[in-house]
Amino acid sequence: PPSRPPKVLGLQARALTPQTAETDAIRFLVGTQSLKYDNQIHIIDFDDENNIINKNVLLHQAGEIWHISASPADRGVLATCYNRGKCGFSELWPDAFGGVLSLDSFSALGKSPAQLLTALATASDSKVLTCAAVWRMPKELESGSHESPDDSSSTAQTLELLCHLDNTAHGNMACVVWEPMGDGKKIISLADNHILLWDLQESSSQAVLASSASLEGKGQLKFTSGRWSPHHNCTQVATANDTTLRGWDTRSMSQIYCIENAHGQLVRDLDFNPNKQYYLASCGDDCKVKFWDTRNVTEPVKTLEEHSHWVWNVRYNHSHDQLVLTGSSDSRVILSNMVSISSEPFGHLVDDDDISDQEDHRSEEKSKEPLQDNIIATYEEHEDSVYAVDWSSADPWLFASLSYDGRLVINRVPRALKYHILL
Amino acid sequence: MAPGSASSPSPSFPALRPWAAVGAMAAAAAAGPGPGSGPGDSPEGPEGEAPERRRKAHGMLKLYYGLSEGEAAGRPAGPDPLDPTDLNGAHFDPEVYLDKLRRECPLAQLMDSETDMVRQIRALDSDMQTLVYENYNKFISATDTIRKMKNDFRKMEDEMDRLATNMAVITDFSARISATLQDRHERITKLAGVHALLRKLQFLFELPSRLTKCVELGAYGQAVRYQGRAQAVLQQYQHLPSFRAIQDDCQVITARLAQQLRQRFREGGSGAPEQAECVELLLALGEPAEELCEEFLAHARGRLEEELRSLEAELGPSPPAPDVLEFTDHGGSGFVGGLCQVAAAYQELFAAQGPAGAERLAAFARELGSRYFALVERRLAQEQGGGDNSLLVRALDRFHRRLRAPGALLAAAGLAEAATEIVERVARERLGHHLQGLRAAFLGCLTDVRQALAAPRVAGKEGPGLAELLANVASSILSHIKASLAAVHLFTAKEVSFSNKPYFRGEFCSQGVREGLIVGFIRSMCQTAQSFCDSPGEKGGATPPALLLLLSRLCLDYETATISYILTLTDEQFLVQDQFPVTPVSTLCAEARETARRLLTHYVKVQGLVISQMLRKSVETRDWLSTLEPRNVRAVMKRVVEDTTAIDVQVGLLYEEGVRKAQSSDSSKRTFSVYSSSRQQGRYAPSYTPSAPMDTNLLSNIQKLFSERIDVFSPVEFNKVSVLTGIIKISLKTLLECVRLRTFGRFGLQQVQVDCHFLQLYLWRFVADEELVHLLLDEVVASAALRCPDPVPMEPSVVEVICERG
Repeated sequence: PPSRPPKVLGLQARALTPQTAETDAIRFLVGTQSLKYDNQIHIIDFDDENNIINKNVLLHQAGEIWHISASPADRGVLATCYNRGKCGFSELWPDAFGGVLSLDSFSALGKSPAQLLTALATASDSKVLTCAAVWRMPKELESGSHESPDDSSSTAQTLELLCHLDNTAHGNMACVVWEPMGDGKKIISLADNHILLWDLQESSSQAVLASSASLEGKGQLKFTSGRWSPHHNCTQVATANDTTLRGWDTRSMSQIYCIENAHGQLVRDLDFNPNKQYYLASCGDDCKVKFWDTRNVTEPVKTLEEHSHWVWNVRYNHSHDQLVLTGSSDSRVILSNMVSISSEPFGHLVDDDDISDQEDHRSEEKSKEPLQDNIIATYEEHEDSVYAVDWSSADPWLFASLSYDGRLVINRVPRALKYHILL
Repeated sequence: MAPGSASSPSPSFPALRPWAAVGAMAAAAAAGPGPGSGPGDSPEGPEGEAPERRRKAHGMLKLYYGLSEGEAAGRPAGPDPLDPTDLNGAHFDPEVYLDKLRRECPLAQLMDSETDMVRQIRALDSDMQTLVYENYNKFISATDTIRKMKNDFRKMEDEMDRLATNMAVITDFSARISATLQDRHERITKLAGVHALLRKLQFLFELPSRLTKCVELGAYGQAVRYQGRAQAVLQQYQHLPSFRAIQDDCQVITARLAQQLRQRFREGGSGAPEQAECVELLLALGEPAEELCEEFLAHARGRLEEELRSLEAELGPSPPAPDVLEFTDHGGSGFVGGLCQVAAAYQELFAAQGPAGAERLAAFARELGSRYFALVERRLAQEQGGGDNSLLVRALDRFHRRLRAPGALLAAAGLAEAATEIVERVARERLGHHLQGLRAAFLGCLTDVRQALAAPRVAGKEGPGLAELLANVASSILSHIKASLAAVHLFTAKEVSFSNKPYFRGEFCSQGVREGLIVGFIRSMCQTAQSFCDSPGEKGGATPPALLLLLSRLCLDYETATISYILTLTDEQFLVQDQFPVTPVSTLCAEARETARRLLTHYVKVQGLVISQMLRKSVETRDWLSTLEPRNVRAVMKRVVEDTTAIDVQVGLLYEEGVRKAQSSDSSKRTFSVYSSSRQQGRYAPSYTPSAPMDTNLLSNIQKLFSERIDVFSPVEFNKVSVLTGIIKISLKTLLECVRLRTFGRFGLQQVQVDCHFLQLYLWRFVADEELVHLLLDEVVASAALRCPDPVPMEPSVVEVICERG
């Protein structure tokens, strides 16, 4: 069966990313969100052949993780957006807890007095600021260390801080996105109404603000999400704020296009079609997923309304852009087959080189008529709102979804569909 | 067989190929009679040479035609007339027969056959004797009769001879008398001839003067008759000078006559019948018929065009034309009447012209008719605006009725068909017009409702209630529909001349009225209503929610009763009698129900969104970390409860209560399980109390809690409870998601606790299953606790006190 046993992290979690630079092993990074305990980054390895999940835990003591993204160039580098707020409350009011809890075998022990102090200092500051930083994981974990079994977490290792993205002047960081297919030197972060382009220098130990732009308008404008387009030589970024989608040129930091009222309510997320440069998908609180052609922003190309609550995440499959994954706070994950607006509207086009003439003919006949868009599967393993879904960077047929209760589910594209797409 | 098979064409497979074996036999047979070994040799061999040869010839023929000898031989001989052993046959040969008997039969049978034969011979002898006796008597009497006849004939012969001689004498006398009278008879005949000739000559000589006189007197008919009589003679004898002179005179006079006739014809002042007479006379004078046709028609055209011009003048560009009835009357009496006369006269006069003439008339009628129709259509087009059909139908009736007469005369011109077409077209346009009218009426109703809803409420005095508005809309639409039905019903009234046309009996009723007008309107009504659900301004909510609710109820009412009522009414008024498929009531009802459902769902979404936005703003804008210890329920929560109550009232005006799950006895008193009973139940306890261990139990509990998944935006049922449940679900889920995005201080959490308890106190009564509200609010508080670094809950009793204080 394609469905994998759910993986419970034990803490609330919202942040999920594949280890983008890894193309061989199926590996996801999950960031937890807890105000009471030390937060962690779980490195989830999925052994496809043996159907085994391995997990390594890294401490992320800086605070609860709201967003996580992995460098496309370096397996060991990742960026998080986190609340520096109230970490270490458990230490400050130890009587609030009945001792050390081992829900998922992480440890609250081993705090240095300095950490307690910083915790105290930040706790007194009532304002919670979401910051962003670039981290490096220990070398031995980069490629997944299988010898460390699940339950021995006493040796939980810590992330090495590479640099902070200083946002004191800009406000809360909503997300950090890496330049796709780049050398891992450029990132963009969204902070309140600012869009900030950073250059990571001296092996990422220093983040220099290269350029920025900000959104002006009445009311408190706040970016909710952003994605970096893999097309146009990686010079375009799209962002979402409130109900609006905007495209930006990273060279001039100027707006390229703007889709006002893209959704009836808040836009939660967006993603670029990896194969069609003008297509992007967005989702939001109106329960809809919309597909846009950025050349004509008056009308969506297609609208899906399958979820029964806010859609928090939408992701195109990296290779087969007809496969679209969405996660929603109705606790469902839906995999859709949007063939009609994909780059392969007539099915998989066979390369002439790959195949003899005879077979070529047959496949041509087979793929004559356009295929129908449909819902491939609705995954209902989650019990709580699903805030993150993503595809594996190594296996195009595999994806993970993460719900607030800390449950990570790894699923496969149904075999029949896979063969249908491939053959 | 050996020589045969040797000469066989396929000697290698004789056994496998039966036809080959047969061929071999045939070949052997053809080779001539072998000494007792031929295939034709039968056991009864001694038949003589002749039949044997004949059979051979047959054999060869059969070979030629591909028939097998065996087949022929295999057939039983049957009654062969040539069989010499057949006693009754013509070719019976006693020797052969005897020989055969002797050879074949045993002695006893021989004896038997002998006795038998003797008996038969005896019987034959006696029969013959009887016959001879009987015939002898008849023969005797016949001989007597013949003898008597011989005598009589001899006497008659003598008398005949005498008669012949007498006749000869009479003939002789008669010839002699004729010869004597011959001379005189001839003279008398001659004299009579001369007399007649003289009379004719006199007529001829007098002809010019008579003609002149006739022309002078205006007796053209007489003149033409004289001329006709003399024409041939004069033609024949024109080589004689005297006749020539008369002919010339006559021709001059005739020419003048023709001239005068034409003159009269052209002047045409004296009306169509006299004209017709002129034409008749001219034709008799041998004027070329075609030319006359042309002239006749040209003349008629002039008059008819005059009529058309006057009609066009009535049409007028700007001055208000006379009403349509008057117009068609004018057209009918003037133009159509004229056309009828022309056609009748033409057909009478030029009947001899055959099909070419008829064709010319048809073309003429077609051309003028089409101009007339164009005028009529222009006039009818001016009528499209009005709502009343009666005048129009009467006018159409007259128009159609008038055109049936020339239609009969001029079948080829197809005027009646064209007229019917015009009437049909007008009827269709009317249907379209009524459909537009109904749509406009519906939109008008909606505008009225919007205005009524938007009107500022006078303090203390409620505006017209929703139920009242709904009733107004429903009755107004229904009366519009009925009015439209009554109006189009005029087209099918019995007394209207075109109502029995197939279009009006079939298609008009079923496709036009039922499908086009009624079903079309109901569909367009549903579409219009549905379009409110797709309004892009989801955020702004351009459509007042009350209107959505009202429309939803309207559609539901249509589904339950109105549609079937309207369609029954239609079917009764318009007895549909054709085979066109019509939309069944059930389909239409299903569409209406779907529309009602979508509207109601949309209403839930809109109202849910309104409350959601309130809750969201209240969560997002507050600084939950530095909030003070709660003393009150936040105002926004009161607002939420107030709004929900208002919605409840609003929905209650139009929808029934609906079913609730059985409630616990003291629902209102139920405090938060999380706090009040958490110690016993252990639910969520780990989150707040240090005593309970936090373990996977918590998660499994949550899983159990959510085993029944809550679909937030789920379709609603048509009742108040379901609607309110939907709205509250949406609102509380929003609250939950928003809470999860914030971080709470101790007092922030306590405030959430107070707020949720307050909501709990007031919202349970609105929903179908109060457990749902509990679940969602529990979740909210639990999430807030998770998002709180310092989760110290407020004492439940204090929460209760604060909430009760308001």
